[in-house]
Amino acid sequence: MNYLFDPAHWTGADGIPTLLGEHLLYSMIALGIAAILAIPLGIYIGVTGKGVFMIAGLANALRALPSVGLLILLVLLISPAFPSKMGYILPSLIVLVLLAVPPILTNTYAGVRAVDAAAVDAARGMGFRTMKILTDVQLPCSLPLMLSGVRSALLQIISTATIAAYISLGGLGRLLIDGKAQNDFSQMVAGAVLVALLALFFDQLLAFITRRVVSPGLTRRTLKTVTSPSDAPLIPAAA
Amino acid sequence: MIKFENVTKAYPDGTVAVDGLNLEAPTGKLTILVGPSGCGKTTSLRMINRLIEPTSGTIYLDDQPTSGMDAALLRRRIGYVIQHAGLFPHRTIVDNIATMPLLLGENPKKAKMRALELMERVGLPASFERRYPWQLSGGQQQRVGVARALAADPAFMLMDEPFSAVDPVVRAQLQDEFLRLQQEIGKTIIMVTHDIDEALKLGDQVAVMRVGGHLAQMATPSELLTAPADDFVADFVGRDRGYRSLGFTDSSGAVDIREEAFVELGASAGEARTKASGAWVLVVDSNRKPLGWAQPERIAVEVRREDLNLSGTSASSAGTMRQLLDAALSSPSRRGVVVNSSGELLGTVTATDVIKAIEAEPHLETAR
Amino acid sequence: MNFEWLGRQFDNIVVLLGWHVFLSVTPLILGLLIALPLGWWARRQRSVYPFLVGVAGLLYTVPSLALFVLLPLVLGSKILDPVNIIAALTIYTVALLVRVVADALDSVPEDTVQAAKAMGYRAYQSFLKVELPVSVPVISAGLRVAAVSNVSLVSVAALLGIPQLGSLFTQGFQLRFFTPIIAGIILCVILAMVLDGLVILLNRWLTPWTPKVVAS
Repeated sequence: MNYLFDPAHWTGADGIPTLLGEHLLYSMIALGIAAILAIPLGIYIGVTGKGVFMIAGLANALRALPSVGLLILLVLLISPAFPSKMGYILPSLIVLVLLAVPPILTNTYAGVRAVDAAAVDAARGMGFRTMKILTDVQLPCSLPLMLSGVRSALLQIISTATIAAYISLGGLGRLLIDGKAQNDFSQMVAGAVLVALLALFFDQLLAFITRRVVSPGLTRRTLKTVTSPSDAPLIPAAA
Repeated sequence: MIKFENVTKAYPDGTVAVDGLNLEAPTGKLTILVGPSGCGKTTSLRMINRLIEPTSGTIYLDDQPTSGMDAALLRRRIGYVIQHAGLFPHRTIVDNIATMPLLLGENPKKAKMRALELMERVGLPASFERRYPWQLSGGQQQRVGVARALAADPAFMLMDEPFSAVDPVVRAQLQDEFLRLQQEIGKTIIMVTHDIDEALKLGDQVAVMRVGGHLAQMATPSELLTAPADDFVADFVGRDRGYRSLGFTDSSGAVDIREEAFVELGASAGEARTKASGAWVLVVDSNRKPLGWAQPERIAVEVRREDLNLSGTSASSAGTMRQLLDAALSSPSRRGVVVNSSGELLGTVTATDVIKAIEAEPHLETAR
Repeated sequence: MNFEWLGRQFDNIVVLLGWHVFLSVTPLILGLLIALPLGWWARRQRSVYPFLVGVAGLLYTVPSLALFVLLPLVLGSKILDPVNIIAALTIYTVALLVRVVADALDSVPEDTVQAAKAMGYRAYQSFLKVELPVSVPVISAGLRVAAVSNVSLVSVAALLGIPQLGSLFTQGFQLRFFTPIIAGIILCVILAMVLDGLVILLNRWLTPWTPKVVAS
């Protein structure tokens, strides 16, 4: 733990703030890309029913792939083509996005399917056009599960980004990998604690956002907000 | 008026849900489509607002064919109530009800006021305004569904088994209140139900459909009971038709009401014995409203509430023959109590009196 | 893909596979054994449920590598000790399964539970003979997720030097050699699929009353 208390470690290119910034940067980029890919796809499959095979097969298949193996494989394949930093940033981002897409996709799909069919029928019967049904009824009602998927995905990303330090990606994982290489247990512990705190922070942040954004009519909350078990993500992240 | 002209719905795999349906639902009346599962009643209903498109034939809304219209705009002119209400779970009750006016471009404040008005109309307390659907019971949700359908004041309403998803006690309540509401608003309504008793109770006109999407008979409830078109209709309408058809007959003036002596609560045993006719005497309250029958020989000192036999029902003088007959049959003295519109005693009738009147005039028409 | 190398390394790979199996499966069993009573307790005592599920959620949030490093502090073990991995994965498995078990027991139809009570079963008998069997399908689904995740998580331990299939990845990375990496990935995936299949079979064996439907 002493590592954290040494002020030298808080400055410079190898300093904790820099590492934290890198970790956040890569995480957010990966999350953004994964969301842009997976949310519209999940909505499309949920609404039209086409391509459902992707949902079941995808989730289990991708969960079985070892993230370490994938990272290393991609780095070896890609880095010869990209001599600069991209040589390890690109494969890392690819793997991060790859692992983040399944939870977002499956949860978005589940969220859309879980929308009360009677409400959709009533909306159509009232004269809502298809687009309006989507924006006014289906999306708001699928929000809880969708956000749950994003929450799982972010956790997965933060966790895998930590591991990606092994293939030279920056971020807080550096403390763990370098600490191991230097046999500096204190550094490793510092890294572990920081990463754990980062993950917990974002998990709670998303829980908070979910509580604020999702209609109380869906979460069955009375006006006194209580942290309920329903905050926990439906399909948890691995690694 | 809603008119079906030779409307057919056939599916690619060969099933014919509705076969050449011809039907007219008159303006301002409640027409009910009833029949067993698979008779095409729901399909027919959903073809009116084009949630299902007819394969052939035309449906007219006040003489305009629906096929040419923009489906979404068509639906905004028609109120739509479905079995499980289909409320938006993510919106409050008042927002749910205000959906239609807002969709039509109404000012939000006005829309909200209208929603609150309608809440009162359908019997929901104003405190429910900011509640969410999950907090309401099935019956309450259904009321919201009806209010929501009425919010834009459509000329037409479609109702698909609106009262089926609630328990019988709540269902009877909702039916009664809906009858009252329809008398106030007089919209052109088509309702689907599988419950023949509900159809007979609520409908101005009832269309009995048979499996395969054919219309078996379209008639008033009374006609269905007294003159079913064929075996299927007779069977579907069910037994006890004679007795049930009495529920659709107006008894005003048809039966002579006899004078009946009465005592009030607290009267002495002696007075009770004097006023009694046979073994029983009628007991009323200070406003001449009947309370029940008592047996003078069982009375100790004076007539008390515990001495009353409460089994007799009382019939309104403007009510149906069925009510009169039941009043006579359920009364321990075999004299049925008849009251006026304020509930005050007018006199009694015997079963024989009622039967004589029925036999004299076999087809007394509906008082509706 | 250098099959000759694979041939020479065969014995070594088998040892790594053995370790991987040991490190993946042990936490599954331990985790399940711990999660069952916890889940039962969470459901029995409603007040405990939010707390247990909350703590479980928090634990599950901690990234794997971090947990592998922090546990030696807590357990007082050496960093290279496989015990850390087993402990960490057991924690993850328990965290995942507690909620699954509680919710599965919750979803047993109330009528069934009442019938058992009316027949005279005590609480623990009802649990073992009625509620648990009925909950098996849902718990199996959760167990499958845990099994597959564990296989992937174990490979992360290679970064700390603990021997298992993940060692093939680090070896491949250091030598810039594809063969062990691909071999490792394939073996991991196969192992995950085998464990997944075993849980499916176990589920079917334990629930002979469910109709034979095409497996999803």
